[in-house]
Amino acid sequence: MILLIQYTLIFASVLTLVALGGCFSEHSGVINLGLEGVMVMGALGGALCMKAMAGSNYFITVILIILVSALTGMAYTVLLGVACINFKADQTLVGTALNIMATAVATVIVKALNMHENPDNVSATVQYGQAKKSLIVKIGTFQFNWFMLVAVVAVAVAFVVLYKTKFGLRLMACGENPQAADSVGINVYKMRWAGVLISGALGGIGGVVYITAGVSEWKFETGVAGFGFLALAVMIFGSWKPVNIGLAALLFGFFRALSNVYSGFSWLAALKIPSAVYNMFPYIISLLVLAFTSKNSRAPKAEGIPYDKGSR
Amino acid sequence: MKEKKSFLMIPLVQSVLAALLCIVLGLLIGYLVLLAINPAGAGEGIVAIIKNFWNYPSKPAQMKYLGNTLVKTAPLLMCALSINFCYKTGLFNIGAAGQYVVGAGACLYAALKFNMPWFACILMALIVGGIWGFAVGMLKAYANVNEVISGIMLNWIGLYLVNMLLNGVKESTSPYTEQIGSVNKGALIPSAGLDKMFTNNKYVTIAIPLAIIIAVVIWVVLNKTKFGYEIRATGFNKEAARYAGMNEKRNIILTLVIGGALAGLGAAFLYLSGYEQWSVTQSSVPSMGFNGIAATFLGGLDPIGTIFSSFFIQHITSGGSYLDKAVYPSQIADLITSIIIYLCGFVLFFKLTLTGMLNRRRDKSGKSGR
Repeated sequence: MILLIQYTLIFASVLTLVALGGCFSEHSGVINLGLEGVMVMGALGGALCMKAMAGSNYFITVILIILVSALTGMAYTVLLGVACINFKADQTLVGTALNIMATAVATVIVKALNMHENPDNVSATVQYGQAKKSLIVKIGTFQFNWFMLVAVVAVAVAFVVLYKTKFGLRLMACGENPQAADSVGINVYKMRWAGVLISGALGGIGGVVYITAGVSEWKFETGVAGFGFLALAVMIFGSWKPVNIGLAALLFGFFRALSNVYSGFSWLAALKIPSAVYNMFPYIISLLVLAFTSKNSRAPKAEGIPYDKGSR
Repeated sequence: MKEKKSFLMIPLVQSVLAALLCIVLGLLIGYLVLLAINPAGAGEGIVAIIKNFWNYPSKPAQMKYLGNTLVKTAPLLMCALSINFCYKTGLFNIGAAGQYVVGAGACLYAALKFNMPWFACILMALIVGGIWGFAVGMLKAYANVNEVISGIMLNWIGLYLVNMLLNGVKESTSPYTEQIGSVNKGALIPSAGLDKMFTNNKYVTIAIPLAIIIAVVIWVVLNKTKFGYEIRATGFNKEAARYAGMNEKRNIILTLVIGGALAGLGAAFLYLSGYEQWSVTQSSVPSMGFNGIAATFLGGLDPIGTIFSSFFIQHITSGGSYLDKAVYPSQIADLITSIIIYLCGFVLFFKLTLTGMLNRRRDKSGKSGR
């Protein structure tokens, strides 16, 4: 039971962080379908950082992992920003390209590094078991992960930034009616860049949380199994509001956690449902949730439409 | 001079130009990555990727491996057509990957479990793929669910379902499904003598010409029929199409059903050739559907252009395996493909700039001539 709570919380943290990222980006008017790829890149940065940091100071490790993964995620979303904000490219196409590219880039980089270290090692796996211990505080049998705290803080900060600061309100204006925002002197391009970069940072952190959730090594060929898209479903279910996103993430996190721990419950194990069914759960739930909530959902009005100063 | 200007204004010329530019840039970046990993063999490496089957010295071997590339081009072309067709309605069918997966599951199960003949297996793949597309269409038309998100969800659901289903027909000692050739020969798509042309490559079947014929049919449907016109009208302006009395919801669902069927068919074209077996332990969605996105956009969103771009994408994907594996990861080919997709995002901007530039120049020369 404690294990279930633990996994629910950690997966919910992943979803919260990434969904908040998507939330910032969409409020500024850019649909970031590349979050999946951003997660992979953040995970790559974080994993390499953890590998390098093995055995060093506990506090510094945690801070550095967060910083590095956020920065890699941000750097990666620059590609999205350039294409979609400055060159007005199709946001769906570019986001998809980023997703595919991220897995390829991460695999190539990790393989190249592994081969460089040891010519016989052609795997795309990074091991970070030692540094991962810094992330965890044991309370009884419950393993508290610092990232759970990070996620909660992120929700609070996102709420304050979006609704209580000038920046947040301006950002949201750019996603609702960019022409009007521009007419009162807000630089729409700048705001959209801010939204996209924030989504990169949060997505990147989400990525590293995802890979450290259960295991202590990661095979980069596998990517993050649609988690970036689950996060988008969480965002839609949470109707683009930070607090609702946090709550929605708990629900999705619970179903994702089930697939990790169902064998620990004797009555669930006795049902002899194949593990594939549990693996399918989060995706099925999100389809159902989307089917019932999308009809009346209020997405930012101008999202997905490239802003062109000259057009009316 | 005047003729040259109008030549660059032709949409087809612009599309080809843009595609070539994407390819050259993609390969260039690929080369730079090779250089970064190990400068010594980078030149050879990129040449090996581009050469693919030409890496073999003898003519018969070349033909044989060209055959292998073609065997995988057929399913890629079908996935690309699926995405292309849906994109005309303004729908981004990223679910093609999942429709391909369930198509593979359906045809393999029909072949291995029920010993169905090949055409029945193909039909199964087509129907099940269509159902998967139908789900996306229904969700989009009636519940306003973003087709990209529902598509991705269905990709994963499909993958786990198919793994579970095919677990029943796998070899006892490996995670792969049984060989169709040894269990049910009748399920293999006939090659009708085509194998002889490719040095007895038994995987070369009528699936390849069929895929090309289907591409032509799709072109005709899109450009020469009322249904195709409605689809394109819906893609241009949904509200206008509805106002003109077109049934927008029906068209959305129908396009996705057809798109799903095409992707499912693609899977049948590959798996019923016996070229590949399905691994029931695979934990990621096969990249065929995603590479289809590259082929679609590289082909300038035109079914005929897609035939060529599919071949090219498959050519370099297969070419990746000729890299020296002790030095370079073969995923460089995937990297090049994904860079090409990314660059395709700039194509519209490229065309607009080119047209704008040419117009300005024409205006200028027109004024000075007067």
